Amino acid sequence: MGTFRIAQIATLVLLAWRNLWRNYRRTLIMLAAISVGVWAMIFLTALMRGMVKDALTRGIDSLPGYIQIHNPDYLDDPSVVNSMADPEADLRHALDEAPISEWFSRIKVPAVVSSERDTRGVQFLGIDPQKEIVTFETLTIVKGQMLSSPSDKGILIGEKLAEKLDTGLGKRIVVMSQDPSNNLAEQGFRIVGIYRAELRAAEEVNIYTGMDTAKAMLHLKHKVSEIAVFTDDEADLDSLQHKLSALAPNREVKTWKQVDGYLGSLMKVMNGFVLVWILVIFLAMSFGLANTLVMAVFERIREIGLMLALGMRPVAVTLQILFESIFMIVIGLLVGNALSFISVAVFADGIDLSAVTQGLEMAGMGSVLTPDLLVDDVVLANLVVLILGILTALLPAWRASKYDPIQALSRDS
Amino acid sequence: MTAIQCVDVSKSFQQGDVKVVGLDHLSLIVDEGEFVCLSGPSGSGKTSLLNAMGGLDSLDSGEIYIGERRVDQLNKGAKSDLRLRHIGFVFQAYNLIPVLTAMENVEFVMQLQGVDRQTREQKAMSILKEVGLEGMEHRRPSQLSGGQQQRVAVARAIVSEPDLVLADEPTANLDSTTAVQLVDLFLHLNEKHNITFIIATHDDRVMSRCKRLVRMVDGKVVSDTVQ
Repeated sequence: MGTFRIAQIATLVLLAWRNLWRNYRRTLIMLAAISVGVWAMIFLTALMRGMVKDALTRGIDSLPGYIQIHNPDYLDDPSVVNSMADPEADLRHALDEAPISEWFSRIKVPAVVSSERDTRGVQFLGIDPQKEIVTFETLTIVKGQMLSSPSDKGILIGEKLAEKLDTGLGKRIVVMSQDPSNNLAEQGFRIVGIYRAELRAAEEVNIYTGMDTAKAMLHLKHKVSEIAVFTDDEADLDSLQHKLSALAPNREVKTWKQVDGYLGSLMKVMNGFVLVWILVIFLAMSFGLANTLVMAVFERIREIGLMLALGMRPVAVTLQILFESIFMIVIGLLVGNALSFISVAVFADGIDLSAVTQGLEMAGMGSVLTPDLLVDDVVLANLVVLILGILTALLPAWRASKYDPIQALSRDS
Repeated sequence: MTAIQCVDVSKSFQQGDVKVVGLDHLSLIVDEGEFVCLSGPSGSGKTSLLNAMGGLDSLDSGEIYIGERRVDQLNKGAKSDLRLRHIGFVFQAYNLIPVLTAMENVEFVMQLQGVDRQTREQKAMSILKEVGLEGMEHRRPSQLSGGQQQRVAVARAIVSEPDLVLADEPTANLDSTTAVQLVDLFLHLNEKHNITFIIATHDDRVMSRCKRLVRMVDGKVVSDTVQ
């Protein structure tokens, strides 16, 4: 004696199921609490993941690139002095191969831009507009036109910068920087296009011209500031980094996480935050669950005493209470998961948060929040609720089994 | 053959600062098939004796045998087994599990014993018919009268053919007619199945029908008469 037969388990399960609905109001309230808690865990986590994914995507597009190649001193001092030679044949060949989906080199130096009315510090970028497609996916030309080629002598500025400089399409501005000999390098440009960026803060910082034009102005021959690399295999950046490093021994090859510490830490922080978020919600839920079970047991002391008197083993009493809590948890999980999936589907096109766009922009996020549902998060939420829920139920279940049958039977009903 | 034997059993309880004597060196032998009433005023030790016999409470001293097996020194698990397989209980009130039907309440003990489904159902139907509850198998306790609930409890107590049935004030909450009917049922089952009944009561309706009356006062047997 000591083993349970299927019939005995079936009896306990039957008792648990029927006892669950004895006080159906209390049970429904607890189920609602679990369902909403699970929904909050999964759906709100999906929204947070979406925010981070958006920030990462924008960040990588803005850097740009999953991998960047620079002069070893460039990131500390992004001036023209720390430019590097155009990529050699071996490196160029590797850049043209899979898993690299696209790459481009660019000039990027600090500069000062002046209009008739004002002067601002900016980032002066010389680009090949035909290769640097990803950059212009984040920009919308609101006036004028895009740069046409690397030799385009026009300049593209942001809408906010145009407002600050009190200038506009077709007008001239002067860009000043330094050449590699630390001499002043300056040139007048006609504004051929005004853009609006998804991250509007970027409009005040970045100005674009053709790469050849920038090189000529800065007296850079066969040199570039950085090479941006995009890949189809985001998961294995380390091996790509090693491969390119071997082919570029005098250069610094870094992944996006290494280039932008904020972006790099965002994912790590997010994973930890999700776990804490789920645990906090569960903690709040667990008080209700424990209280429900304690009350359910308290109301049934005499009945438990009867069952013990009839010869039911204490462990069977514990199991019955646990089955009851498992039913409650599983039903709550099913409803909560369903609500989450429906919410994700309903908001699949995103939630417009234009009203708080400025705040989100500071964190590198756009104004449309799209949930990103990860299987790992769904599994984590379900496991936390199920396992910790059962653990929460253990104490009241165990205490129920410890009742003395005589004392339990003599309790007032 | 002896169904149950109590040898010099004693039990006391602490109530606040006062030590109350429940059983005071009591000895009693009940043979198989007997129909015994334990009578006496409140506090005379009737319930204490039934609880000790049924393994629901421990003794301070003395011995209790069911058949030839000493049971007072069994551990909790063994006592649970004893109650499950050898003893049937009928309590004064709250005898049934509210969420189970009459049939399921009767089957409950057999399920704990591991009896197969077909046998359980056959026995439960048969015994419910015998106690006069045919047609009420699927009613829950809340849908039964007090007398009907006690009949279900009696059915559950005897369905697994225990060595003895211990009933503690089974008629206390019943009206006269129902109480008499219940006692008559006890007598019928006692005669038909030769089940040993030990009933704690101070109900004259029960005492007048029992075959052997054991009177208790302050934890002792003061008289033991065959009627």
